[in-house]
Amino acid sequence: MTTTALPRKRVAWGRVALHAGCLAALLVMLYPLAWLLATSLKPANEVIASLNLLPSHLEWSNYSTALQGVNGVSVWRLLGNSLLIAGGAVLGNVLSCSLAAYAFARLRFRMRRPLFAFMIATIMLPHHAVLIPQYIIFNKLGLVNTYWPLILPKFLATEAFFVFLIVQFMRGLPRELEEAARIDGCGPFRSFFAIVLPLTRPALITTAIFTFIWTWNDFFTQLIYLFDPGKFTLTLALRSFVDASSQSSFGPMFAMSVIALLPIVLFFLAFQRFLVEGMASSGLKG
Amino acid sequence: MTTTGIHTPTARRSAATAQRRPRRERQGAAWVFLSPWVLGATVLTLLPMAVSLYLSFTDYDLFNPPHWVGLRNYVQMFTEDPRYWRSVLTTLTYVVVAVPLQLALALVVALALKGMKRGKGFYRSAFYAPSLLGASMSVALVWRAVFNDGGTVDHLLGTGGWADKPGWALLAVALLTVWQFGAPMVIFLAGLQQIPAELYEAASVDGAGKWRQFVSVTVPMLSPVLFFNLVLQTIQAFQVFTPAFAISAGKGGPADSTLVYTLYLYDRGFVASHMGYASAMAWVLLLAIGAVTAVLFRTSRTWVFYASEGER
Repeated sequence: MTTTALPRKRVAWGRVALHAGCLAALLVMLYPLAWLLATSLKPANEVIASLNLLPSHLEWSNYSTALQGVNGVSVWRLLGNSLLIAGGAVLGNVLSCSLAAYAFARLRFRMRRPLFAFMIATIMLPHHAVLIPQYIIFNKLGLVNTYWPLILPKFLATEAFFVFLIVQFMRGLPRELEEAARIDGCGPFRSFFAIVLPLTRPALITTAIFTFIWTWNDFFTQLIYLFDPGKFTLTLALRSFVDASSQSSFGPMFAMSVIALLPIVLFFLAFQRFLVEGMASSGLKG
Repeated sequence: MTTTGIHTPTARRSAATAQRRPRRERQGAAWVFLSPWVLGATVLTLLPMAVSLYLSFTDYDLFNPPHWVGLRNYVQMFTEDPRYWRSVLTTLTYVVVAVPLQLALALVVALALKGMKRGKGFYRSAFYAPSLLGASMSVALVWRAVFNDGGTVDHLLGTGGWADKPGWALLAVALLTVWQFGAPMVIFLAGLQQIPAELYEAASVDGAGKWRQFVSVTVPMLSPVLFFNLVLQTIQAFQVFTPAFAISAGKGGPADSTLVYTLYLYDRGFVASHMGYASAMAWVLLLAIGAVTAVLFRTSRTWVFYASEGER
């Protein structure tokens, strides 16, 4: 345990090398993000021509162009659409997944084991296996090109990942509290809302943050369900740049990319502790 | 398991009534809690799975009623559609390249951070950040520009634009996945910290060097976590979409080299309106993922080591 002078020196050099290695790796990893930020501020003629990361002067007009939006829809509108979908998804997931999780973690009912196994299996189910019929259902209901297909499934606990995450967390809570409450005449509903739910807050926060970020980043679902530019999200609006990417549109395109990434960066900075721990404790996907 | 020490008459009586209370009442509450999930699982999972199986035997364009064609979609897929096999090959190549690279990097970095006293939290968060940002269209667009003709990679390596070269475009997509190694890394790190220090102490008392300790202690103790990451990342890799879409402008080019399975499925179903064909593709994907997962579980018996029965 006690370090003598000689090994300490050796250890210290090893440590310096380790930190140097980590920092070097970090620089390489952060390069694409630095590139994104720099390019969003570059004048059109410097975007591709030079390897220089720093622009010769800051071209703020890229951002004013980006703020005007795409296809005549302003960025504020796109941002609002993205927020509406992500917000609805967060609300739906937290509510429906915690309800289901409580039943699986704490209540006895017939078929509990097979249903739980089925729920776990749906975590591995590729989205594409249900995608087309879901699309047909929403199409028949006249809900394609609305936000319902993007939000409604979240209110039905279709993201089994989060049900599992919350189940795992609830199983760790002491049962004595609910037992005491039951003896005092507390039914399962009061017990859930008054005792279990408040204690589950860390898992609910993790669910909320991941739902927000994944919904925000989701591209496939938005791509198939939304086609009216006025209903586009920021992610979908960026898609318009995928087809036409002349050099002159590079600056505004990446300015908009920065705007689209900003909420995730802010979420990450604010909640990184929850994110990393939620990830580690449950093995969530990235 | 048991509540001990409660011997007051009231408590005993309440416990007794609770036991005698009809079971149906408690079951009813459970089903109320479960109802959103049951509805979702039935209407948005089970029913669609059955419907997509049915549709896979039909010709369906969304507007006219489905027309039963038997196995034709499958026959066409397997024997008459070179683009289908192209997409299968592309996806398998991508999975085989991206997943091992990503997990290896995640493990190496987790091992490097494991014993670190200062800065561990910082590195952990910093390496994790791309896992959240990388799934976005924004970063996929950056990737395309950086790997494009005249982009940074071209300048540094003189390889020309990867995005335009059939052999290289897929590698660029795979590197975007590898870049997101932070998610499995965090799980590895948590797993490494669960390994009791006594095991290392005992091993070193027995004269085991660093390498020996890694092989005989770290690897077996970490194998459940490694397995978990492997299954999860493989399943996800089979479904890659956004980066391939971005790098090829949604076309899967150049020369179909980034035409991953889901991109072709999207193309058949939602661009060409062959919903039956796309459903058949979806079912093959489902079966393939199921088969790969089953194989992984089967082989796991030989190399995944569970220290105690109670684990996981």
